[in-house]
Amino acid sequence: MGQITLQGVQKSFGPVHIIKGADLDIADGSFVVFVGPSGCGKTTLLRLIAGLEDVSGGKILIDGKNVVDTPPAKRGLSMVFQSYALYPHMSVRGNIGFGLKMAGLPKEEINRKVEAAAATLNLTPYLDRKPRELSGGQRQRVAIGRAIVREPKAFLFDEPLSNLDAALRVQMRIEVTRLQKQLGTTAIYVTHDQVEAMTMADKIVVLNGGKIEQYGSPLELYERPANLFVAGFIGSPKMNFVTGELAKQQGAATIGVRPEHLKIERDGAGGWQGTIAVAEHLGSDTFLYVDAGSLGMLTARYIGELSLHAGDRVSLVPDPARIHRFDDGGKALRS
Amino acid sequence: MARMATTRRVAISTAAAWLFGFLIFFPILWMVLASFKTELEAFAIPPSFLFFHWTTENYATVQERSDYFHHAMNSVIIAGGSTLIALLIAIPAAWSMAFSPTKRTKDILLWMLSTKMMPPVGVLVPIYLIYKSFGLLDSRIGLVFILCLGNLPIVIWMLFTYFKEIPRDILEAARMDGATIGRELVYVLTPMAIPGLASTLLLNLILAWNEAFWTLNLSTSNAAPLTTFIASYSSPEGLFWAKLSAASTLAIAPILVLGWFSQKQLVRGLTFGAVK
Ligand SMILES: Nc1ncnc2c1ncn2[C@@H]1O[C@H](COP(=O)(O)OP(=O)(O)OP(=O)(O)O)[C@@H](O)[C@H]1O
Ligand SMILES: [Mg+2]
Repeated sequence: MGQITLQGVQKSFGPVHIIKGADLDIADGSFVVFVGPSGCGKTTLLRLIAGLEDVSGGKILIDGKNVVDTPPAKRGLSMVFQSYALYPHMSVRGNIGFGLKMAGLPKEEINRKVEAAAATLNLTPYLDRKPRELSGGQRQRVAIGRAIVREPKAFLFDEPLSNLDAALRVQMRIEVTRLQKQLGTTAIYVTHDQVEAMTMADKIVVLNGGKIEQYGSPLELYERPANLFVAGFIGSPKMNFVTGELAKQQGAATIGVRPEHLKIERDGAGGWQGTIAVAEHLGSDTFLYVDAGSLGMLTARYIGELSLHAGDRVSLVPDPARIHRFDDGGKALRS
Repeated sequence: MARMATTRRVAISTAAAWLFGFLIFFPILWMVLASFKTELEAFAIPPSFLFFHWTTENYATVQERSDYFHHAMNSVIIAGGSTLIALLIAIPAAWSMAFSPTKRTKDILLWMLSTKMMPPVGVLVPIYLIYKSFGLLDSRIGLVFILCLGNLPIVIWMLFTYFKEIPRDILEAARMDGATIGRELVYVLTPMAIPGLASTLLLNLILAWNEAFWTLNLSTSNAAPLTTFIASYSSPEGLFWAKLSAASTLAIAPILVLGWFSQKQLVRGLTFGAVK
């Protein structure tokens, strides 16, 4: 079991409030991703759950039990650090087995479990090496092995893939997701890569300035962002925002349209007119950055190749069903 | 061409390094050579480098006249004792400053270092009087105590910098792995701190072994370590170069051997590669 609940969790370092009251319900076995801009408190929130940092207020419940006064060692969680944090003087075997040794398991059982974990992670040939004799990806795997072998109530990951190169990152992303599903263990995963967030998560927590902006499934956040911040943060390229007269006509202070929901017409008279400033041709996609006069710069995305170039006039027609409306406080308006 | 140029550069730097090393080492070599000469040859001009009458009589005289082993034993006890006590005090001190620093930590460290800025002779008289009234003059305990105090700031500083370099993440990982503070100390921190502990220990041993100001001033015979033993050949009897050299060679030999054998272990860092 690994159900985690936060109730009004607060954290301040001295006079600075970093986490300003977080409420969250994480179901057993789910994969929850914390995303948000740098410095918004993702790591801090994770460390609060781990127990590496003490809360300044509120409750953290693990399987219904308040753990704010429980030391990290007793919370039954395991953590994968961004820096891997392997024990440099121990072999891979020693690293993975350390938690089991601390739990007082007999030697044969430790060996059996370590070898099983190593086999899942393709680490068997390296069991007797020291961390310094491994590549970055292998070190990362050892860190993950160390986390899974203890069969914890939940895994906590703090940007575990950020030190890997792009190709390896995609591969490990898939492996981590697969492993989590296979084990059925609750996971909390911190990242600021929104592709990781969208692809790995059952549910995403969007944090901004120490507050939870929205908590929902990836598609919920994409389709029904609760406010301007989430709308702008989730999705790449970023959603286009238009204010002023056009928004007022829709009864909103700001309206937003995602680049992929703008229909591009070469010589249409309707829609939003503009001149292409930059055109990016990726083959699979075409991104147009359009100078639309008083509307500002708009981004449009076309799936596939579209032979338009800088300087061409285009008209962008928003899909009326996909227009997001926000009030002047930035909150989403639903009709 | 480029390759040849580099080879030559390497050769020149190597030669320069050897020459420089030799220059630094030369006085020690000269002392050792002089210890095997007769008194006359020891200060003959022009000096003879290798072709002289080799003799060990100086060593025999030195051992006979003043008991080398007695002094060596004192040196071992004083250097070893003061180092161990300093470590016992410094480990927890450096530990707490490195792992749970407060606003004042930096100030405390600076204050400790500042105590080393005053010349010891400035407090000689008060210390001497205190030692006299407590009956600590010419006692091993007294010397252990003063050397321990004298080196403590350096030991704490060194350990602090070593502890500081141990990544916090690794200790936190151990905590997440279910290790209590005690086990974290035994299984993770200590093994990672060993190279640092070892070099601190060695450096402090050397400093204490060679310390001459307090040992010369606060001891005469009973507790006198090797520094006093050497000094006894220089002052009262004038210039007995060969015997003085023999005494000095005997005095530095143990610490030289110790340093030679521990250099590899000391240089090797353990933490490399654990944290990216
Ligand atoms: N020990 C600390 N003392 C004081 N301030 C801290 C401490 N740890 C974090 N902070 C502050 O808390 C804020 C949130 O930090 P945190 O590390 O949680 O951000 P993050 O969301 O993980 O950012 P990133 O994406 O860059 O890792 C930052 O403004 C940081 O300066
Ligand atoms: Mg972070």
